[in-house]
Amino acid sequence: MKHKFQAPIGKISKIVGKIIVLIGDDIDTDRIIPARFLKCVSFDHLGQSVFEDDRKNLQGEHPFDLDSNRGSSILIVNSNFGCGSSREHAPQALLRWGIRAIIGESFAEIFYSNCIAIGIPCFTLSKDLIKNIQNNENDALFEIDINQSTLISESLKLNLEIKQSSRNMFLTGEWDATSTLLENINQIEKKINDLPYTRFNNYNK
Amino acid sequence: MSQNTLFDKVWDLHKVANLPGGSDQIFIGLHLIHEVTSPQAFGALKDKNLNVKFPERTIATVDHIVPTDNQSRPFKDNLAEQMINTLEKNCIENKIKFFNIGSGNQGIVHVVAPELGLTQPGMTIACGDSHTSTHGAFGSIAFGIGTSQVRDVLASQTIAMNKLKVRQIWCENKLSDGIFAKDLVLHIIHKLGVKAGVGYAYEFAGPAISALSIEERMTICNMSIEGGARCGYVNPDDKTFSYIRDRLFAPKHEDWDKAINWWQSLKSDRNAIYDDVIRLDASTVEPTITWGITPGQSIGINQKIPSKNDLHPDDQFIAEEAYEYMGFKPGQLIKNTPIDVCFIGSCTNGRISDLRVAAEIVKHNKVAKNVTAFVVPGSEKVAKEAKEEGLDKIFLDAGFQWREPGCSMCLAMNSDKLIGNQISASSSNRNFKGRQGSPSGRTLLMSPAMVAAAAIAGKVSDVRDFLEK
Repeated sequence: MKHKFQAPIGKISKIVGKIIVLIGDDIDTDRIIPARFLKCVSFDHLGQSVFEDDRKNLQGEHPFDLDSNRGSSILIVNSNFGCGSSREHAPQALLRWGIRAIIGESFAEIFYSNCIAIGIPCFTLSKDLIKNIQNNENDALFEIDINQSTLISESLKLNLEIKQSSRNMFLTGEWDATSTLLENINQIEKKINDLPYTRFNNYNK
Repeated sequence: MSQNTLFDKVWDLHKVANLPGGSDQIFIGLHLIHEVTSPQAFGALKDKNLNVKFPERTIATVDHIVPTDNQSRPFKDNLAEQMINTLEKNCIENKIKFFNIGSGNQGIVHVVAPELGLTQPGMTIACGDSHTSTHGAFGSIAFGIGTSQVRDVLASQTIAMNKLKVRQIWCENKLSDGIFAKDLVLHIIHKLGVKAGVGYAYEFAGPAISALSIEERMTICNMSIEGGARCGYVNPDDKTFSYIRDRLFAPKHEDWDKAINWWQSLKSDRNAIYDDVIRLDASTVEPTITWGITPGQSIGINQKIPSKNDLHPDDQFIAEEAYEYMGFKPGQLIKNTPIDVCFIGSCTNGRISDLRVAAEIVKHNKVAKNVTAFVVPGSEKVAKEAKEEGLDKIFLDAGFQWREPGCSMCLAMNSDKLIGNQISASSSNRNFKGRQGSPSGRTLLMSPAMVAAAAIAGKVSDVRDFLEK
């Protein structure tokens, strides 16, 4: 049964769901969403195309195609996940497939900041602990507590790492940054007048 | 924590506020947009009932989806037409300057902004494209952002961001003859790894960097992101200033004097503190070429593809994936690998100086049988200049196709794509699986000179053999 997509909104403090394991280092954003799917003016239909080429290649055996992973929302990855292009289409495709949090050894910089900006918390864990989760994949329900930075299931409790600023942003809802940024509009106006170059580089030609 | 580097100075200058969560609010001096990552941002603005706050600080062009064969409108590809159309509408509605096809100034966004003099030292520059790091070649602090941040820049001219650490990459000595900026940056990425730059800005410095032209520095900074660094830069010098001088948006007359006074003060202090410093010897760099599926998997032209045991344990998993995908065996020489497609272009190496170097090698030669070779100039300006110098004719006479400007086969969003498991020799920046449009297509990254040599020989070759002739 298909549920209507609901984007994350406001304060995020808990994520509950099953895990889905994706093994591999340096999984780039071209693999997460191949460039041909970037020909769109909205993100709405990206969920079905996530990992399209990898999935085709594995003929139903890709983690994102396995029945056992249906409805999973916590993605477990290895190192440098999301490297490459800045396309927000990549985390948007994951989000629309159903991913609500990612735990990995490490993340590429722009991918990480895109995830934060659309409400997907990303956590890091050591290589060994990630391997442990990957090897003991199961159907259990996990809970991520953002305030405590923990991943808990009936049989497991792990301390996750997350940047302090990202953690605060989710707890306060500030990850949806526009309104917070606009609160400082007076300082922004002042900044534009104070910058040395705005006096000599007039782009209004 | 770094102190008194150019990065620190520019960051502090543009800091608007400490945000409650702990990140900084940073003012963006120049915002560049294109058709792929902006439509959803304009959509989000509308949803939030917001306007573009400082439309004169955003400049648009179209590059990713443009066809390079027939650019007449409407485009044959409906989706591509819809995207350019949306950008046109958004720019008109929001009073944003747009360099469209035929304006004489259209092209790849990271080629266009520098050649128009929009890119200047000491600025912050953001664009919804990871190769925005290119602009760091001018001593600006430039980085790629996602669509939500494009929305934020449109709405507020600022973004929320954590300050990066600074790593200086000091390049001693000079590149040898026949070795180019592309070889150096591939070498750096190989040495440091593709994720070493996460959390860092890269400052490229030292005699080998000072000796580079501005366009070569752009090639280096462009690929910072392939080394994991969101931002890379070079301290500005006289070469920087003369490159900017007289360009369309360069400060003029007394403004020029003011600008240059300020720009000259902009550099990392002699006693600046870095979070990390790496030193390497540029004179040891060979023509460098990728053999795998990440830009870090590269070797010198005369080296063998490494075996798993030669590699750090962390690099072994991806190496096995690469052997399988590329169809290469450990211990195999990369030299003489037959090539199907040769692509000269992209924001990494689609500038006039790149075309000049490649044309020099192509001149009086013919593209090998069974090789499809094409040149995609980085911008309309590059194309015009190349034609004035007769470069287009040199390429055409040799059997290259001469195309219209755009991103083209770097990421294959238009119809320029590899077919099946073709191997391309490419002057672009990414050799990811499927990157060049075929899910099994294979990419060997190299300098444009090396691509030209491969086109003539029909196989991976040492460009120095062509230069000595």
